[in-house]
Amino acid sequence: MIRDITLGQYFPGDTIIHRLDPRVKITLTMLYIIILFMINGPIPYLIMTVFLSVAIYLSKINLRLIFKGLRPILILLVFTTMLNIFYTQGGTVLLNIGFVTVTTHGIYMAFFIILRLILLISVSFVMLTYTTSPIMLTDGLESLLGPFKKLKFPAHELAMMMTIALRFIPTLMEETDRIMSAQKSRGADFETGSILKRAKALIPVLIPLFIGAFRRAEELAIAMECRCYRGGQGRTRLRVLVLDKKDYAVTILTLAVFAISIVMSYTIVWGVITR
Amino acid sequence: MNHMITTESLRFAYKHEGGESTQVLFDITLNIKPGEFVAVLGHNGSGKSTLAKHFNCILLPSGGKVYIDGMDTQDEANLYTIRSLCGMVFQNPDNQIVATITEEDVAFGPENLGVPMPELRERVDEALKTVGMFEFRTHAPHLLSGGQKQRIAIAGIIAMRPRCIVLDEPTAMLDPVGRREVLATISKLNKQYGITIILITHHMNEAADADRVIVMNDGKIAMDGTPKEVFTRVDELKEFGLSVPQTVELLYELQKSGIDVPLDKISVDECAAALYSYFK
Repeated sequence: MIRDITLGQYFPGDTIIHRLDPRVKITLTMLYIIILFMINGPIPYLIMTVFLSVAIYLSKINLRLIFKGLRPILILLVFTTMLNIFYTQGGTVLLNIGFVTVTTHGIYMAFFIILRLILLISVSFVMLTYTTSPIMLTDGLESLLGPFKKLKFPAHELAMMMTIALRFIPTLMEETDRIMSAQKSRGADFETGSILKRAKALIPVLIPLFIGAFRRAEELAIAMECRCYRGGQGRTRLRVLVLDKKDYAVTILTLAVFAISIVMSYTIVWGVITR
Repeated sequence: MNHMITTESLRFAYKHEGGESTQVLFDITLNIKPGEFVAVLGHNGSGKSTLAKHFNCILLPSGGKVYIDGMDTQDEANLYTIRSLCGMVFQNPDNQIVATITEEDVAFGPENLGVPMPELRERVDEALKTVGMFEFRTHAPHLLSGGQKQRIAIAGIIAMRPRCIVLDEPTAMLDPVGRREVLATISKLNKQYGITIILITHHMNEAADADRVIVMNDGKIAMDGTPKEVFTRVDELKEFGLSVPQTVELLYELQKSGIDVPLDKISVDECAAALYSYFK
């Protein structure tokens, strides 16, 4: 039952989005998010929305999955809407009941803030978690953080820790399953009672799990030393990330779209204030 | 001729916090030739694993010397040369696999040695083919069986191109199928590639295939010889808390009840032939 949990939520595929270099994906996604907070006016927003829609279409990711990803922030969305509708003044007054005033500006603000949040979440899901395998993400991060090694930033160590964590998640899950079965067979009850009672019942699972994890860590450290591991220095890699034509093409195209949005936001005077 | 592994009156003691120490190894002097297949036997606590850890610089001697291909393990400068020359495989395959993809894990050792790219790929593919796991190169290791995982761990060592592999009870956590796979791989490495094998085990049948059997007891070498020489000393082995291969056990019992059969027929075929010629 515990083994069904998928971590990272990667959906394998062979689309252009899947095949993009992880470094390109990470960089462009971060840029997209930054640009989202810089643009102004309905047309730039439309451009950004269409751009992401095309990416979603190309990645063949089911829209339902994206809505699923948005569900956890639903409360945040509703709350932001309320705040913006009730607290933004200006424009034509649409509704006025007691101290509550709803204006056109408030509605516009709320709409664009929500759009911005939805785009922000969707872009990270589509470009990063759904279409990039955890290993590629790790590799991409290590490579991108590489230049910071000069500033004593432990890029290699961080990537190595992520790899080992990914490697041991299924192993530790299996172990949890085994310990829980062992405790159940001796009469432990994990399913009934108050939350507090159930949390307490988990202690006899967690203690052996932690002790086991520490023992594994020690054995793994010795095994790694035996295979001449001595940190990132002088290491070569089996899988080297190489940028090819499609990576350059996608980057140039995306940057052009971003530039157009920015230019339009700052040169045209929009009748509607969106930020 | 240079010996692959030499120990000169090796002593080792674990130090406890209070300053006391427990001596585990006593004056072990040993020479292992290149290309030899040596099985090290002994019950729990006999010091066999501790001895093995000296061949890879995981433990350094408290007294005496250990030389790997003529290099002193206590000399810090030799550390990585020795470790790449003499690989080590452990009991639990889960705890020695580092990466989330089989071929990446096999590449881990040579990557650490700084092997450049076209050669790195060659080494990984060759190592995977040697252990018969090439078709699983892009699989996730946690989905493989115990025997397959252990073969991946062995491939990870072979990819470093060592001249000697020390295996510390590599089959202890495997089912019979996995055990057979791993033993066949070990035997292939020894016979076809001439790699020196040191197999630590407490399974008598695994030791029967070796060129040489060393029996450890209480931190000392109790016996050292060919499987035939060692396994025919049935009474002594039993004293050390060890059993003998079932074939020898059968011949031993027959001999005790007055039937004149030779003791040194270890393999099933040899034993059957000996019994056949007696009862004919």
